[in-house]
Amino acid sequence: MNYDFNWMIVLTGEYRDWLIQGLVITLKISGISIVLSMILGTIITTLRMTGIKILEWITISFIEFFRNTPLLIQLFFWYFGSDAVLPDSVNQWLYAHNYEFAVGVLALTIYTSAFIAEEIRAGIISIPKEQLEASRATGLSFVQAYAYVVLPQAFRIVIPTLISQFLNLTKNSSLAMTIGVMELTYMARQIESYSFRGFEAFTVATLMYICLSLIISLCINIYNKKFLRMIKY
Amino acid sequence: MIRVEGIHKWFDDFHVLQGITEHITPGEVVVVCGPSGSGKSTFIRCINRLEDVQEGKIFVEGKDVYSSDVDINQLRADVGMVFQQFNLYPHITVLKNVSLAPIKVKKMSKIEAEEIALALLDKVGIYDQAHKYPAELSGGQQQRVAIARGLAMQPKIMLFDEPTSALDPEMINEVLKSMIDLAKDGMTMIVVTHEMGFAREVAKRIFFMDYGKILEKGTPEHFFKNPQHERTKLFLREIL
Repeated sequence: MNYDFNWMIVLTGEYRDWLIQGLVITLKISGISIVLSMILGTIITTLRMTGIKILEWITISFIEFFRNTPLLIQLFFWYFGSDAVLPDSVNQWLYAHNYEFAVGVLALTIYTSAFIAEEIRAGIISIPKEQLEASRATGLSFVQAYAYVVLPQAFRIVIPTLISQFLNLTKNSSLAMTIGVMELTYMARQIESYSFRGFEAFTVATLMYICLSLIISLCINIYNKKFLRMIKY
Repeated sequence: MIRVEGIHKWFDDFHVLQGITEHITPGEVVVVCGPSGSGKSTFIRCINRLEDVQEGKIFVEGKDVYSSDVDINQLRADVGMVFQQFNLYPHITVLKNVSLAPIKVKKMSKIEAEEIALALLDKVGIYDQAHKYPAELSGGQQQRVAIARGLAMQPKIMLFDEPTSALDPEMINEVLKSMIDLAKDGMTMIVVTHEMGFAREVAKRIFFMDYGKILEKGTPEHFFKNPQHERTKLFLREIL
């Protein structure tokens, strides 16, 4: 234990800037993926609940496939395989922009949406079916009934479990370093390579992840308390 | 207005509706009564296609309810429904409960829809509760909100599925009063209920159902004073 701690090296100058840049990328990739995975997860669940057999079959396959394969494999799959599975125009667009970042968002979104779809479904099942019936009876379409009556109630019920999905996603975003997304973990690793100050760099990165997770939980809890009113049957 | 032609429905092996044929004219108030399990709720739920039938047809204003090219949302907008358990939306205010469908289905402006909603809430006597949430209201008030919600789409027909069965006794009358007012306004109504006082006062015809069939039908006069069917006599002895 003759290790000389040198915190200043990662808290000042270039290395500090790298960590902050990494944190910003982590925030961006997580934020965008959280929003997209909520949208995708909601769409998947709604399609599943339509009662149309073929949609049910497709959505269940989607969920089981992406829930039951490692995220790392999925990242590599999209990163190395997007050429083969995505249309040319999409690939061209991706190459012209930030390819690694886009693939990172794609993989995180699809992976997490499979879990979120299941959480939301649990919420929907807990809403009495009479709610759907009563809203359909007033002339609302299935999608309208879901959008204005069923889902708003279901979301409130599943917020605690959704929070853990958001936290998982934020932490999982560190895997995007493997395809070259320069997020927080990537930057900490970079500092380690340049300065051999791995301990300091990863300590600061760890603290940043913890703060980030706590802030996400706090925000959603505040939202929850403010809007969770009067759900009684 | 409503034409029911030989409908049959099965829940698995249970033959819940066994060939019902009826014709209900505009402005008519029909009370459907009978023991539980007789198929009366299922019958009225078929009229706005909350249930499917396996045989027969129903026409509402000439439109075939079960045809694949009928716009079911449009048809349901013309047929209001009130449920036993109110089924208000708990996450939004009373005013929004009533104005939701006009805004989303009829594409009415929010201001116009809320004006109509407030007028309806006033009509059922709970104007001052408009900004509360359903859980803050008594059962009777909630059911009156449900009636206002049903009326908000300006339907031509109102269906009531045991609207007072889940209420405390002292709240039944306030709900019945709203329904009587509605009947006096000339609304076409089909009401599943055991409130025989209501039936006597406003029904034009009473259907008595059991075993998935309408066993007896007629004016309140006929029904209460001179029932023909043994099953009807037994039922009336038990509930009156």
